[in-house]
Amino acid sequence: MANKNKLSAHQRSMALKGVLKRLKPYRLWVGLSLFCAAVSTVLTIWLPLLVGDGVDLMLGPGQVDFARLIPLIVFLFIVIVLTGVSQWLMNLCNNHITYCVTRDIRRESMEKIQTLPLSYLDAHSHGDMISRIIADVDQFADGLLMGFTQLFTGVLTILGTLILMFCVDVWISIAVVCLTPLSLFAAWFIAKRTYRKFQEQTRIRGRQTALVNEMVQNQKVVQAFGREETVQQEFDRINHRLTRCSLKAVFYSSLTNPTTRFVNNLVFAAVCIVGAFVVIAGGISVGLMSSMLMYANQYTKPFNEISGVVTELQNALACAARVLELVNDPAKVEDAPDAGEVVPDGRVEMQNVSFRYVPKRPLIQDFNLKVSPGQRVAIVGPTGCGKTTLINLLMRFYDVDAGHILVADKDIETITRKSLRAGYGMVLQDTWLMKGTVRDNIAFGKPEATLEEVVAAAKASYAHGFITRLPKGYDTVLGEDGGGLSQGQKQLLCIARVMLCLPPMLILDEATSSIDTRTEKKIQDAFAKLMEGRTSFIVAHRLSTIREADVILVMRDGRIIEQGTHSSLLEKKGFYHKLYYSQFAN
Amino acid sequence: MRRLLHFLSGYQKECILAPLFKCLEACFDLLVPLVTADIIDTGIANQDVGYVMTMCVVLIVLALVGLSCSIVAQYFAARAAVGFSGRLRQALFARIQGLSYTQLDQQGAPTLITRMTSDINQVQNGVNMFLRLFMRSPFVVFGAMILAFFIDWKTALIFAGVIPLLGAVVLGILYLTMPRYKKVQGGLDQVLSIVRENLTGVRVIRAFNKEPEQQARFDGENRRLTKLQIAVGRIAGLMNPLTYGLINLAIVVLLYVGGIQIDAGALTQGQIIALVNYMNQILVELVKLANLIVTISKALACANRVADMLEVPQDMEQPQHPVTPESLGTVEFQNVGLTYQGAGGASLSGLSFSVQKGQTVGIIGGTGSGKTSLISLIPRFYDATQGRVLVDGVDVREQSAAQLRQRIGIVPQKAVLFTGTIRENLEWGAPHAREDLLWEALKLAQAEDVVKNKPLGLEEKVEQGGQNLSGGQRQRLTIARALVKQPEILILDDSASALDYATDAALRTAIRGMKNPPTTFIVSQRASSVRHADLILVLEEGHVAGMGTHEQLLEGCPVYQEIYWSQFEKEGSGHGQQK
Repeated sequence: MANKNKLSAHQRSMALKGVLKRLKPYRLWVGLSLFCAAVSTVLTIWLPLLVGDGVDLMLGPGQVDFARLIPLIVFLFIVIVLTGVSQWLMNLCNNHITYCVTRDIRRESMEKIQTLPLSYLDAHSHGDMISRIIADVDQFADGLLMGFTQLFTGVLTILGTLILMFCVDVWISIAVVCLTPLSLFAAWFIAKRTYRKFQEQTRIRGRQTALVNEMVQNQKVVQAFGREETVQQEFDRINHRLTRCSLKAVFYSSLTNPTTRFVNNLVFAAVCIVGAFVVIAGGISVGLMSSMLMYANQYTKPFNEISGVVTELQNALACAARVLELVNDPAKVEDAPDAGEVVPDGRVEMQNVSFRYVPKRPLIQDFNLKVSPGQRVAIVGPTGCGKTTLINLLMRFYDVDAGHILVADKDIETITRKSLRAGYGMVLQDTWLMKGTVRDNIAFGKPEATLEEVVAAAKASYAHGFITRLPKGYDTVLGEDGGGLSQGQKQLLCIARVMLCLPPMLILDEATSSIDTRTEKKIQDAFAKLMEGRTSFIVAHRLSTIREADVILVMRDGRIIEQGTHSSLLEKKGFYHKLYYSQFAN
Repeated sequence: MRRLLHFLSGYQKECILAPLFKCLEACFDLLVPLVTADIIDTGIANQDVGYVMTMCVVLIVLALVGLSCSIVAQYFAARAAVGFSGRLRQALFARIQGLSYTQLDQQGAPTLITRMTSDINQVQNGVNMFLRLFMRSPFVVFGAMILAFFIDWKTALIFAGVIPLLGAVVLGILYLTMPRYKKVQGGLDQVLSIVRENLTGVRVIRAFNKEPEQQARFDGENRRLTKLQIAVGRIAGLMNPLTYGLINLAIVVLLYVGGIQIDAGALTQGQIIALVNYMNQILVELVKLANLIVTISKALACANRVADMLEVPQDMEQPQHPVTPESLGTVEFQNVGLTYQGAGGASLSGLSFSVQKGQTVGIIGGTGSGKTSLISLIPRFYDATQGRVLVDGVDVREQSAAQLRQRIGIVPQKAVLFTGTIRENLEWGAPHAREDLLWEALKLAQAEDVVKNKPLGLEEKVEQGGQNLSGGQRQRLTIARALVKQPEILILDDSASALDYATDAALRTAIRGMKNPPTTFIVSQRASSVRHADLILVLEEGHVAGMGTHEQLLEGCPVYQEIYWSQFEKEGSGHGQQK
């Protein structure tokens, strides 16, 4: 935690600049907030003085000056109401600023995600990105709110109180000024001591969380192997260490409050003693001395708060830095400025294409392929051989390193991604559905589709049957990632989604393993219907697909190692031959 | 929270001493205004320097005593809170270890992990704050009032009036804001789910060119969240101005009434200052109290969730006198049915078959046909809701679960490895297994090359989740892990899905060729994986749609025929069916 939030000077200034830039649209609100803060602080400082005046008007029995006390009380009343109102206005302004700024940052991050290249999204942990956009922004909001409210008023209070105290009496003020650093020193001393304990606690807690994550996520395996006791022992060991270390961390850190309070009490005593001498010497009145006592309290409080606020602000800034790092990442997909549109006609050509994800591992080198409209290209190979790489290039999720990919004779790098992707229909193995109704999901690519069209697409992809059996039919709301549906049903919806758009080119993944054999057969027919007259790239798992393909691309370890028709590849007696016959092993 | 209280037993001393010392500290705090009043009324009024000095020493002593009381209190509170949460974590983890598969399905790993980590941390924090402040703040508030009554009961009535008013304001604002904060949390969850959805579905979204629509959807939720936040901020922002205003208005009234009382000689100047001081002390404590209530209510919600988790009952009865059968390697299902808890229909029904030692059973069928459910009954991961499952001739419910599972080697669908070395992972099967046994298992599992190609061999580190290994490598290692056990029954739950056909076939041949082959269950989607089994069970929607050898089924089982021919085209039909 502490480490995570440490920023270099450069990072800090960058983050600060970023935050200030985003505050700019709200400068009127910031101005109003600062004004209200100033008003409420000045009034708050003034109040003890007025109360002191009041005390001075009541010296003893029969010596109370009601003629002056009554107007003073009325005046006090007005001051208090004004203070309250300005405090409230300040709170409102701060709320508005904070939540609007965080809203803007969240929106910006989301916009960024929409434009980040897939290479970036694939390489970065989604959990980390989500925690930046949600948790970090949220913590930033808290820090900003607290910082805004307290830092400014805190500093103003200290300055104002100091000035007033010096105006009232120099000696008492000097006593206060000399003693308060003690409080800061104590807080600093304790923070330094606890820092290491906290670090250790964070480290052990991290190890424990990792263990919990790993074991609980795979609890079934743990039980299947009868490892419950061993795992529990390991946990207890870490837990014991954590408990011991936490005790110290929690205890040491809890010393800050009593210690600073002690110093405050010392200051109070000092004001009493010096004040008493000054009063006896006739320097100030008793009422003023009571004001000074109140000041002594008021003056030390912001010091304690500020030390808290500073860490809070540092954390907030660190959070902001992490979000802004995402927002400011230069990686971006942009169409060429003169990018044109393409009307895909089913022709796809790859010319001398080379591609690699990491510089050290070339995957595709000098690859050539010419596909005519309506042809079928089957991609085969063992699981994990990198069949998705080809999809990534065709859809231009990734850019080729060398060579060209042409669609209808146009280099796909010279046309807009939008028009290229509109030409493809895609059914991937990892089915993705969004939160929403079944109908919305099918009409994902064509939101204006009528219910009839949606039903027709569902019927064509054999999804209509199970949809009508859902509680609310086409209006059934699906949870995140199609929650509640079986893998097979999700797959059917994904097919229906493409069925509705019917673009001239298709990318299909024959995800056989997740659909029961009967539906699978129907899906085969649906796929066949889909493919009719369309250029198709199929990640193939079944022999019929392979045999009917016009071109077979054989992939292994991410590379395309063979290319040809079923019979020509068999004759070659290469990897394809081996792959094909291994299905009939023994 | 009450349900968790027994975790504090053994810390009774701490739980009493911490608040007690906090109250002691508060007492000394409460004395300060009285001393100050004395300094003014006696010391200053009589110009008695000695008296002033003495009283100041008293003030410093009070501060010192207060400090030591406070440190003692903090120590006891920390001890109780940390000790409490340590025990709670241990108990909860142990409970999770003992959850049945049914319960694991119901709870879900993310929930369990949240309970274990952030929930317990919140509870610890809550206990700590509670012990420190729950007595202190009310003590100061009421103590200040009582002392005020000692000073002058007429003026003290103002205290009696303003304290309930302040309490009402604080509680009222909390009452109004807390449900609204929950709504804000809900809004945040919505925003989060859209972000997550967009990240996982990025390929589909871009393929359909739906970025603008998704952005619009996000903007909508995002704006809604901001609206909720601002709405709750409006109410929460009232807390400070209102409490500040009320206290200071009370001070104004105090001045007026005090003026009258002083005029009448019932009150001194020093005493009115003391009363003003008390008012200010009350303000400080009330703010603390409001924060405390928020922390405690959060902690209480977490505590309740943890307690619910701990109280999940044992739903799988262990036999009083477990029978240890002779190791035969036989498995028999007698009219077995299984309905998962909360499920609409039965997942398995009317299953009857028996398997002899060393036989291979193939289980094939579509998704949701009950393949995994069937094999989960053998190690008693679930209890059959109908009929009996017999292993080695004895009902699994009469055997000790630990011993039963010890004899069964399982390769789960998901190839899971754990942080540690390859050796440590293999030793999950049998602790301290001999080196040659490890290698033999690796060889059988076709994983010998995987390990040999690693620079450190068996000592090669496996990162969390086995990220540094490919899917196929992981799968082979999980097979080896099960074989290290030298199980009497081996269950491969679709475990060859990440292997290519050749490796899959080699694995099956190797297992069949073992000197003392285990009774093997192979679950698969591929007809090629099961066709050589001694017995093939064809499942469809939890029923047996066919049972027999490959040849028999091909002859007489339509479901099997359909599966088989969809994967292997009819021989002699040449270039396949053109459709």
